[in-house]
Amino acid sequence: MHAPDGFIDVPVSAAAGVLAAGAIAVSLRGARRELDDTARPGAGGGVGADRTAPLAGLVAAFIFAVQMLNFPVAAGTSGHLLGGALAAILVGPYTGVLCVSVVLLLQAVLFADGGLTALGVNITTMALTTTVVAYALFRGLVKVLPRSRRSVTAASFVAALVSVPASAVVFTLLYAVGGTTDVSIGKVATAMVGVHVLIGLGEAAITALTVGAVIAVRPDLVHGARGLRQKLKLRVDGELVDAPETPESAEPVPAAARSPRRVWIAGLVTSLVLAGFVSFYASANPDGLEKVAADHGIDQRAEEHATADSPLADYGVKDVDDARLSGGLAGVIGVGVTVVAGTGVFWAVRRRRTADDERSETSSPAGTSV
Amino acid sequence: MGAGHTHRLHRHGDSPVHALPPHTKLAAVLAFVIVVVSTPREAMWAFAAYAVLLGVVAYAARVPAGFLLKRLLIEVPFVAFAVLLPFVAEGERVDVLGLSLSVNGLWGAWNVLAKGTLGVAASVLLAATTELRELLHGLQRLRLPPLLVQIASFMVRYGDVITDEMRRMRIARESRGFEARGIRHWGVLAKSAGALFIRSYERGERVHLAMVSRGYTGVMPVIDEVTASRAQWSYALALPCAALVVCLLGWTL
Amino acid sequence: MDPVSTASLEVSGLAFAYPDGHQALFGVDFTIGRGERVALLGPNGAGKTTLVLHLNGILGGGAGTVRVAGLEVGKRHMAEIRRRVGIVFQDPDDQLFMPTVREDVAFGPAAAGVKGAELEARVDRALERVGMAEFKNRPPHHLSFGQRRRVAVATVLAMEPEILVLDEPSSNLDPASRRELADILRSLDVTVLMVTHDLPYALELCPRALVLSDGVIAADGPTADLLADDALMRAHRLELPYGFDPRSVPAPPGRG
Repeated sequence: MHAPDGFIDVPVSAAAGVLAAGAIAVSLRGARRELDDTARPGAGGGVGADRTAPLAGLVAAFIFAVQMLNFPVAAGTSGHLLGGALAAILVGPYTGVLCVSVVLLLQAVLFADGGLTALGVNITTMALTTTVVAYALFRGLVKVLPRSRRSVTAASFVAALVSVPASAVVFTLLYAVGGTTDVSIGKVATAMVGVHVLIGLGEAAITALTVGAVIAVRPDLVHGARGLRQKLKLRVDGELVDAPETPESAEPVPAAARSPRRVWIAGLVTSLVLAGFVSFYASANPDGLEKVAADHGIDQRAEEHATADSPLADYGVKDVDDARLSGGLAGVIGVGVTVVAGTGVFWAVRRRRTADDERSETSSPAGTSV
Repeated sequence: MGAGHTHRLHRHGDSPVHALPPHTKLAAVLAFVIVVVSTPREAMWAFAAYAVLLGVVAYAARVPAGFLLKRLLIEVPFVAFAVLLPFVAEGERVDVLGLSLSVNGLWGAWNVLAKGTLGVAASVLLAATTELRELLHGLQRLRLPPLLVQIASFMVRYGDVITDEMRRMRIARESRGFEARGIRHWGVLAKSAGALFIRSYERGERVHLAMVSRGYTGVMPVIDEVTASRAQWSYALALPCAALVVCLLGWTL
Repeated sequence: MDPVSTASLEVSGLAFAYPDGHQALFGVDFTIGRGERVALLGPNGAGKTTLVLHLNGILGGGAGTVRVAGLEVGKRHMAEIRRRVGIVFQDPDDQLFMPTVREDVAFGPAAAGVKGAELEARVDRALERVGMAEFKNRPPHHLSFGQRRRVAVATVLAMEPEILVLDEPSSNLDPASRRELADILRSLDVTVLMVTHDLPYALELCPRALVLSDGVIAADGPTADLLADDALMRAHRLELPYGFDPRSVPAPPGRG
């Protein structure tokens, strides 16, 4: 999925590069905050220097290593993690973007994997889109679902599942604007999303299992599940009792927390259903050129090629050959992306208000210390 | 996608290309690839000229052709895509051996193949002639955010350590008779991945302590200053400049 | 000895609880004179690591004080303290975080502002002292474990510390590497505080030992005497290796 040079034209590659650079700049600041508030006893609380470089570096090395871990599917085929969703859930979206971007950068420079001019495109689709979509969806679901470990696993599954085709959608969009060949975008989208939904299933299963494994041992290390900490216990006369919650760790106002949750559920469900249905019927009527292709029997061959030769067929499952179905899926994913983007804007606006007092800290890039 | 990552591309050597400062090489390769990508696809001879230019560099760097060609295999997925293009692209069609192919698609396939191959070849030459840590120095000199370079250098330093841990876990699994054969074994593999994450993160914390103990305050001290003379710059930039001439000719002819 | 002028390290009344409420140190007092080699013994969970992390101000904020060469550990002198207290961590892979041995050894002095020829000379000197000079340009990952530990010592020596603190220096070393490291440590003219479970190693290298147990110093005296005190050893879960009798070992070279 690493796009090579010449796949996307120069202006769009450059624009994607600018976008990627901006995202990395924002993430460099965000990661500092993310990795610092994990400060745990004995591990760096009050140590007095930035933990971003070593921690993000090690997580990047982990992502790099885990991409080499083969998950056998059947009959000699195997799949492996892409890692964007996993990184976002485990260490947070900013650090996630940084880690995956660094992995992509080094893959391009050291292994010639993915073109240098396509680096912006690759970072945008594989680092930015996957982590942001996965994290937003994950947080949304964790808020909506009951507070338990199973919910975290389920949320990881859905987040990872959607993140992969979402990245394919973004790639298709980039291709639609800056593709160097005139291909029916509908067709590209169908093929890309179809294949990636299948890859997404594999990604989702592995991500959910991995997050589940971490949360079973070190729940405090799962960034996306911070709210799930067990209550402290006190040993009173040999029996364990719940410690009274300290004011700052207590949930702010339970009632206020519940109403946005309901809004979340309602919004998410309606938009997903709507998008699913609308795209399902919209894609039922293929446009003229696709029909021509179908009449010539080219469509058939093309689909076969797409699954047989594509490296993305790692998971070894057949394509979603129902155009309607994949169209519907694309719609659902599209809405997912939109919801995420909307929420992002909302958060950004809300954050601005609190950002003022932090500004002095973030504006000094090097010297921040605890 | 994943198979090639363990392969180290660097070839030790003392050719003039090896000796160039890393940031000049990085800049040269990037500029070269940009020029290649901007070349109109109809100027087929231009791509041949680019290939000759790279051939000259490979000769100067004493990188054997076989090595270079083998590494081009990383491109295979996109060859598959390129093969597909003439079938699915739109516009005017021609009949070749009874197949109806899109002219536009044929051009598109050529475009992706030619530019992609040249891009990979240029990157392979860069990686083959530049050591890992030199590349990092080069990225730093090219004004990448220092924090990003630090993250990258930690990744490079600990990539092997963590891959090794992963290998040891696999051996431990196999020693106990476990062999992953299908989806039902994913749980066990994922547990390993989870354990690997915890170890990596905790190691990150310990590394941070070790750094702080030696006076780290958030900025990496400068130990090696890589500098390039004007001659070295002009030597390195000869490649993209020659390519630019070819490209301009390609546009005007 | 006069504690103010010559002591490398003075710890007095040091108590510390982690933010989660777990208290690890309950008033630790001891003084180490310049040039002494002292072993810090104690069972797991006694607070040894917590104590070590106080010595260069990574942990702090509890009661009591730590002074290094008369300088109080605290925010004011943090950079100076971290230069003077060299901690060698247990896993050399954690300590050697730079791409090559040379850059790693240079990290500490460079962070303190040393540059150019002086930096190069420091690196060479430190590597020379641990016998690793010819490995200067190698990546740490390609060295053996024993070599990595020696380089880890060099990274700290390059900062020309007042006191060298070693966390389990002999762990995971084969006997030859263990002896080589002992020779190196003996040849150094710095103050050494060695945290270890390896009692014979402590006896070999350190004339004096401290026993940290339950967050306080439970014993302080000549290493041979402490190891020969069966009741003390049992009370603090310290055990000698099978067949090892400290009374039969000839007195180690060095100051007593």
